[in-house]
Order: sequence, then structure tokens, then C-alpha cells
Amino acid sequence: MLDICNLKKSFGGVTATDDVSLKVEAGELHAIIGPNGAGKTTLIAQLSGDLAPDTGRIVFNGRNITSVPTHRRSHYGLARSFQITSVFMGMSVIDNVSLAVQAHDGHSFRFWDHAATQASLRKPAMEILQKVGLAGRAGAIASAMSHGERRQLEIAMALATNPTFLLLDEPMAGMGIEESAAMIEILKSLKGDKTILLVEHDMDAVFALADRISVLVYGRIIATGKPGDIRKNKAVRNAYLGEA
Amino acid sequence: MTDVSTPLSEHMGRPSLFGSPSGRIITLIFMVALLVVPVISHLMGVRLQLVSLDFGTRLVCLAIAAVSLNLILGFGGMISFGHAAYIGIGAFCVGIPAYYGLNSGWLHFPLAIGACTLFALVTGAICLRTKGVYFIMITMAFAQMAYYFFLSLDEYGGDDGLTIYNRSVLNIIDLENKLVLFLLCYVLLLLSIYLVYRIVNSRFGMVIRGCHSNEARMKALGYNTYAYKLTAYVIAGAMCGLAGALLANFQSFISPDMMSWPRSGELMFMVILGGTASLFGPVFGAVVFLILEETLSAYTTYWHLPFGILLVLSVLFIKGGLNGLIQRGWSRG
Repeated sequence: MLDICNLKKSFGGVTATDDVSLKVEAGELHAIIGPNGAGKTTLIAQLSGDLAPDTGRIVFNGRNITSVPTHRRSHYGLARSFQITSVFMGMSVIDNVSLAVQAHDGHSFRFWDHAATQASLRKPAMEILQKVGLAGRAGAIASAMSHGERRQLEIAMALATNPTFLLLDEPMAGMGIEESAAMIEILKSLKGDKTILLVEHDMDAVFALADRISVLVYGRIIATGKPGDIRKNKAVRNAYLGEA
Repeated sequence: MTDVSTPLSEHMGRPSLFGSPSGRIITLIFMVALLVVPVISHLMGVRLQLVSLDFGTRLVCLAIAAVSLNLILGFGGMISFGHAAYIGIGAFCVGIPAYYGLNSGWLHFPLAIGACTLFALVTGAICLRTKGVYFIMITMAFAQMAYYFFLSLDEYGGDDGLTIYNRSVLNIIDLENKLVLFLLCYVLLLLSIYLVYRIVNSRFGMVIRGCHSNEARMKALGYNTYAYKLTAYVIAGAMCGLAGALLANFQSFISPDMMSWPRSGELMFMVILGGTASLFGPVFGAVVFLILEETLSAYTTYWHLPFGILLVLSVLFIKGGLNGLIQRGWSRG
């Protein structure tokens, strides 16, 4: 479904993405792990379109999207969540999700009717909030929510664009044990329905969720395989798990 | 994950035109006073500049400009430092045809709006490729280009400006009558505020507010943010062009100075002083700004100094501008 071929990206002398090739199959949950500074977020940014790779190709559903702008990728069915919570802080939770729904409900050059009174935006938004367990908080302002709730909102907004493919950049970042568990439940409920590329530090979560895992070290993928194989892989243990 | 789900209807309220109930009353009183005070003082022949019809008309024209700037600066987060260019262009769209004896308002006003739309489209398309400080500087640069362009037109007075002998002719609306001109400006101010109210709460408005709040997220959600921001920029420019055409009619005299960069700065200040991203804030800002300017300059030639200090203090200590103060009530600053 997502086919990454020989992707390269350098910043000055630092090669953040070094000849990465990776295939994500439809329906799988593919996790990318790696130590800090391995280039995980840089890779995500290239997949979502925020950064242009120096060389290489990204093919999504048979379409070469390497130089397609971010907003168009979203319309091809690619959604992302951000490592650093990226929601509309001054808006209510339902407004946040409604705005995400609106992005995929025709153009928004509609200048007159109140957006907040439109059931075509509010109803789907509410359904998604129910799915991620935030329905009771629909009226809350995003900036007044807890970190964990904002992370849930982050996922809700990605889901509201009705994607087939989810790029999740550390959805558990900074979460407590209970919040992480709730997030794992959400991701489990999405598994199978959506193809997911998950970047995550939380090893328990990764091994509980992933169908396959790729290990990124210094911009290179040193191993790809099933969780059991990755656990046994020597190079991986040296580079990463051994330290942890 | 259990959820006590709230009914959908609770989250589908119609957005309010005003803020808190007490804020609503103060806003209404204020808007009525803005209409009634100049009219009464005119009818009674009061000779105090601050309440005069002339002062009121200038105020209302600049308030329209401030309301239009607020659409992009306050709601859209596009800090334009060149908004006075639209006042100037709008004004010259009245002055130049009038110079050739073309006095029809049906020509002047559409021309002002059209020229400003075009100017906003071309300059906005370039400016919006930049962000932050660069955006501020490039909007100012384009405005200065417009300023020097009109300054170089000797035929239309250049630096000395151009006198307009006949105001725009609009059939039964006789703009030569000062009271009629004021009322027209006031009605157009109310319409501008209502237009901004509709826009910012529409789907389009949610998009530009989203761009202000978090543009990267908007792109990730699938919005072509550039196109939406440019559209907002053009709408604001066109509205401000109308303000310029009205101001030219009121002053009966135009000069490139109307679009010099300090004028743009003053508009920004009205918006910030009044409260960004609020519907009536720019009007409060324009009123207080002009009243301060008028009063202080009556006492001393060096009025800019106390004026500047007051503005700095107000920005530092009044959160959300004058509108924020009014919405919270007077109890706490």
C-alpha cells in the first residue's frame, strides 16, 4: 500500500534518512522504532509531505506522491498525527474535529452559513469523538484539556479525515500508564480497518500492537520483521534494546 | 471507555454576535452612541470637535478599515503592515475619475473595490508565500510601492494631493449632505461587521481561524491553506477599499499620505488596542485611538509621547484589548 524506495534526506552534514526502503502492506500495523535522533520524525515528515526528500520515491496506492503537497496527500487517504500535540488550542473539541471533517466534505469556500449549526459536520465529528472516548468532553476548549485527552483528540482529528492510512508519530508520547493503556485500546480498535504506520517509543505498546516492526538507527533501517524476530535480532539488541 | 454522551444539539449552537450579556449591553450602548452623538451635535450645532459629525464620519470610515484588517490580522493571523494601501487606492479611485469630471458613485465604489481586489490578489499571492516577520515586511513594502507610485503622479497632485470638488453621485443618496454621508458610512460599518460575523463563523471562517491557530495541522487535514488565506486577504482588501472611497468623499481631498506606512501602523494599532479576533473590538479601538489623538494633540505638540506610552500600557495590561475588558466587565483589568 505504501512503498518507500531509497529515500534520502540530509541536513547539512547529517544524513537523517539514509537510503530507507520500506513496504507497508494494506491492513497491517507497521511500527518503526529506534533510539532518539534515529530520524523517525524526519521520515514521517517526508511521508506526510512536510519535508521533501533529496532523492528516492514514495508510492502510495500505486501513485507516486513524492512531490505531492501535504494537503493533497490527505485527500488520497493519508492522515497523520503529530508527535508534539497539534490541535487548535483555542477551539472546542467538537470544533477541532468538525474542522477535520469539513476538510473532506467538499470545498470550504462557503462564506455565509454558520459552520457550527451544520449537522453534516457535527454528526460525524460526534461519532468519531465517541469512538475515541471523548464524547463527554465535546464542549471543552482544547487548551483546557489534559495532555492525554489532547493526544486522543489528535487521533480523532486524523480519523475524521476518513483515511485509509494512518501515520502516527508517537501517539503515547508523554502519557501516563492509564492513558497509554486507553490509547492502546483505541489503536487496537483501528487495527485491520486502517493501515497504520506507527512510530513509538513505548516498547510494550509496540510489541503488543505491531504486525511487523522496522528498526531505524542513524537514518538506516537495520532490520524489519515480526515482533518475535525483532526481539531476537542481534543487531537490534546491540543498537537499541540492549540499552533500554 | 464509557461515555456519558451529550446530545448533539448541545454542540450546535448559533454563534453569538456579541460576547457576555454585560458586554452585549455595553457594546450596544457604544454603537448607538456612535450613531446618535454626532447626529445630535450636528443638528444642535454643537461646536466641539470630539462630538462633531466630521469627527464621527472620519472615525466610522477608519473603523470600517480596522474591521477589514481584523479579518486577516485578528482572525486569520496574517499581520499585514500595508493595509493603508487599500485606503489610498480606494480614495484615488474616487479622486482620479472626479478629476476628469466622472462623478458617478456607481463608477467610484465598484472601481475602488475592484482595484483593491486586484491589488490584494497580486500582492497577496506573493506576500502569502512568506511567513512571520517576512510577511509583515513584504506587505509594508508593497504598500510603500503603491505610496510612491501615487506620489509620482504629478498630474494628480503628487505630494500635494488632489482636491475633489464633487462628491460621488449616488442617485437619491446625496453625499453632499454631510448627514447623509455619515449615515451611509455608519450603515456600511454595521454591514461590514455583520459580514465579518458571517464570514468568521462560516466554513470558510473556520478554515482561516484554523490556519491562524495551526497551519501545519490544517495542511495535514487536507486544506490548501494558501488558497483560503489569499481569499481572506482579498476580501479584507476589498472592504478596506470601500473605506478609502468613503474617506475620500468625506475629506474631499486625497493625498498619497493616506497610504504611507504610519497609516498602516495606526490601523494595526486600532485593531490590537480594540482586541483582535473580536467583532466590535476594531471599532472600540478606532474610537479610543482617534479620541486620544484628538485630545492629546490639543494640549501639546509633543502629543505622540504620552500617546505612545498609553498605547504601550494598554497593550501590556489589558488582555484581549478593549473588547476583552468590556466582555469581562469592568471589575478587573
